[in-house]
Amino acid sequence: MPVVELRDVSKRFAAAPAVDGVSLAIDDGEFFSLLGPSGCGKTTTLRLIAGFESPDRGEVLIDGRRVNEQRPYDRGVGMVFQNYALFPHLDVGRNVAFGLERRRVPEVERATRVAKALEIVRLDPATFLRRMPGQLSGGQRQRVALARALVLEPKILLLDEPLGALDLKLRKEMQLELKALNRSLGITFVYVTHDQEEALTMSDRIAVMDHARIAQLGTPAAIYEDPRTAFVASFIGESNLFEGPVTEAGADLVSVGGPTPFRVPPRSDLLPGRTVMVAVRPEWMDLFPPGRVPAGENAASGTVDEVIYLGETLHVLVRLEHGQRVKVALRNEGQIANPIRWNRGDQVAVAWRPEDAQVLE
Amino acid sequence: MTRRFSRWLVASAALVYLFLHAPVLALMVFSFNDSKFSASWMGFTLEWYRRLVERDDILLGLGRSLAIGLGATVVATGLGTLLALAFHRHRFPGKRAAESLLYLAIVTPEIIMGISLLAAFVAVGFSLGTLTVAIAHVTFSISFVAVVVGARLRGMDRNLEEAAMMLGADEWEAFWKVTVPSLMPGIVAGALLAFTMSFDDYVITSFVAGPGSSTLPLVVYGMVRRNIEPSINAISTLIVVITSLLIYLADRSMRRSAR
Repeated sequence: MPVVELRDVSKRFAAAPAVDGVSLAIDDGEFFSLLGPSGCGKTTTLRLIAGFESPDRGEVLIDGRRVNEQRPYDRGVGMVFQNYALFPHLDVGRNVAFGLERRRVPEVERATRVAKALEIVRLDPATFLRRMPGQLSGGQRQRVALARALVLEPKILLLDEPLGALDLKLRKEMQLELKALNRSLGITFVYVTHDQEEALTMSDRIAVMDHARIAQLGTPAAIYEDPRTAFVASFIGESNLFEGPVTEAGADLVSVGGPTPFRVPPRSDLLPGRTVMVAVRPEWMDLFPPGRVPAGENAASGTVDEVIYLGETLHVLVRLEHGQRVKVALRNEGQIANPIRWNRGDQVAVAWRPEDAQVLE
Repeated sequence: MTRRFSRWLVASAALVYLFLHAPVLALMVFSFNDSKFSASWMGFTLEWYRRLVERDDILLGLGRSLAIGLGATVVATGLGTLLALAFHRHRFPGKRAAESLLYLAIVTPEIIMGISLLAAFVAVGFSLGTLTVAIAHVTFSISFVAVVVGARLRGMDRNLEEAAMMLGADEWEAFWKVTVPSLMPGIVAGALLAFTMSFDDYVITSFVAGPGSSTLPLVVYGMVRRNIEPSINAISTLIVVITSLLIYLADRSMRRSAR
């Protein structure tokens, strides 16, 4: 049975729908991310689970029970807020103990649980217990906010872009730590982020949201390697999109026309006349001198616009004959020892194998 | 910036401070001068302070100022804080205009405020006295409290109450255990400002005070009109010291809240 379930949930604010017919089921212990650009409805979805908003339509279930009318606190859910929301007038110890005090936990037990929670988030109680939030760094505040939620041993932890305010290095560290906490504590994490790399790094599954709806839900690999829509293909990682009408549906390959003709593997619904759009990841493309493309690969000729050095990879931007710009990622095998032979202005052919393109809906 | 120019800036700043504070400083020095008439230094004395204690009108005025100040401060702080919270939490048509009116109350010339309050009291048939003075002081203090508390609210994390509720607090607990304590530096600063404004006010009070409700500034003005004596210097020194202290405390409270 899923721990959290949304059944066809909708929520409108004033004019626009914030969440529109969203259904999802989150498993026990899962690290589940809601990913999307700002205003896509991911935070509202999280707040519907938390109980800060109630749905106009549909059902929110926790542990199989309908909680639409239940107050946040009664849902057994913990939350880490975007800017930590630490109580500025209370020291670290009192911040973490706040929930225990509300539950009338005896003082002795309170102290041990607070100390334990601080240790879980790797803050030394002896050093930090009496510090005020104003005296902490961003990363330390983040840890206190985590401890404050974890001390109540929630079944589900909701996190609303918790790492947004941290610098890149600290953010990467915290990503791994959160993932480790999710594993070791067995708590279900529901994580809101607009950072696709962050979602790919940490999640068991990701729901990509766009315009108040779920655009695609699946494992990081499924979402990256088999995007279903043009939005998902370009929001998660980068994609080159090609479009055209099916000209011939053969048994081995389907041919597609348009400004850049290409072929895709056959599928029963790809009938002549239907318009097809495919996404090709830059790293699944290759460059060849004109006329030297291996047999069986799709090819489009153009001119090299720019070569960008990124360390691990090189991006070559190619302008195709009809004007479309394509990005090809090449593995860097050492530009000093083994430089690539492409320069600005070179005539090239961009090539990819038919099976390396994803047909979009 | 050239060194010469910077020296010139320091000199002009020093001049400004001299111009601002020399008169008050002179008044404070002469409150300890052992001479009733002389404008030159005749030796140190506390005589004029001792005489203050003997003057019933001053003591009564002081008592009234403190009582009115405290009462007006409590009411204005409460109302001003609620006003700031209402502005912070709710959106409604005309909100910006309503907020601008708050500033209008601050920049309205005191004499106009005094005349309009007097007219209002006469219109509703209030007889002028301590109560009308207190009401007037509440009126002009509310805006200051609302502005100061509003500034604190804007700097506060907007999820604080939600965080408290997530941890098991109800609305009431979230408000009293989280919102009010985190607002406290702003509330204290607002209250100190309100008290200072009330304690210092002459113009508005002079319109709405009735017989037997003269506050300290009114008493002092009355003394000056009759005859100048060094006790005036002494009471003025006390007023300056007290208000400076309050302003210092209000400023410190706001600084702490900014951290």
